[in-house]
Amino acid sequence: MVKRAPRDGSEAASASAAKSPAKATRVTNQIRRLRFEAGEMTQAELAERIGVTRQTLIAIEQGRYSPSLETAFRIARAFNAGLDDVFQYPAESPLEEESNQ
Amino acid sequence: MTFNSAPEERSAWIMLVLAAVGYPVYLALLLGGLEGRPLTEAEFAWPMLWTIGGSILASFVLHALFRVFTDLDNNTRDERDRQISRWADHTGQAFVVAGALAGLVLAMLRLDVFWIANAIYLGFFLSAVLGSIAKIIAYRRGFSATW
Repeated sequence: MVKRAPRDGSEAASASAAKSPAKATRVTNQIRRLRFEAGEMTQAELAERIGVTRQTLIAIEQGRYSPSLETAFRIARAFNAGLDDVFQYPAESPLEEESNQ
Repeated sequence: MTFNSAPEERSAWIMLVLAAVGYPVYLALLLGGLEGRPLTEAEFAWPMLWTIGGSILASFVLHALFRVFTDLDNNTRDERDRQISRWADHTGQAFVVAGALAGLVLAMLRLDVFWIANAIYLGFFLSAVLGSIAKIIAYRRGFSATW
């Protein structure tokens, strides 16, 4: 069982977004941190558990690919975490963020 | 391209290189066999068939070589590969349609079969180039299923 991230994950999400130059999606994720917290699980191990190639897992982790909902659930399940602990979708504007709260 | 890249990305590079080499080879064979005759009298069928056959053979050999020199995990396909493949094929097919339409129009205008065949072949070539580039960009820059 891994430690739960804050529900919005905004701080870590924006940090991971800043690391990767090319973004095909606004969806951010905590996979790197969760892997580290889950006993430094390797990308190859996680990829095998969720049934994708290591290249695809790297692309997901770097925000270059948004996985299907099924794969997203499998990733969350691998960490015994909730979907929104793993993936975040930042609001487009502060107004949208307020209306969601 | 690295040995660590996805199999479909390697495949796209192979296709791009073969298209980029194959079409100039075809043109060289075509123009080389002219010997002062007008272009429409050129023997285009054999250069075309040789180029297509050579590309298929070279593709087979290059894919086999990559399979030998990379690990097994690298040769499996997953959801991202399938999505990118569909999107890139769809993008490249625009030129197949354009080539077919050009062929149709040229046939309606009763132009020489040389121009009809070459318009269609050019469509195939551009489709291969565009589809490969689209695939490489999707693997390198990122891909969203909403594209």
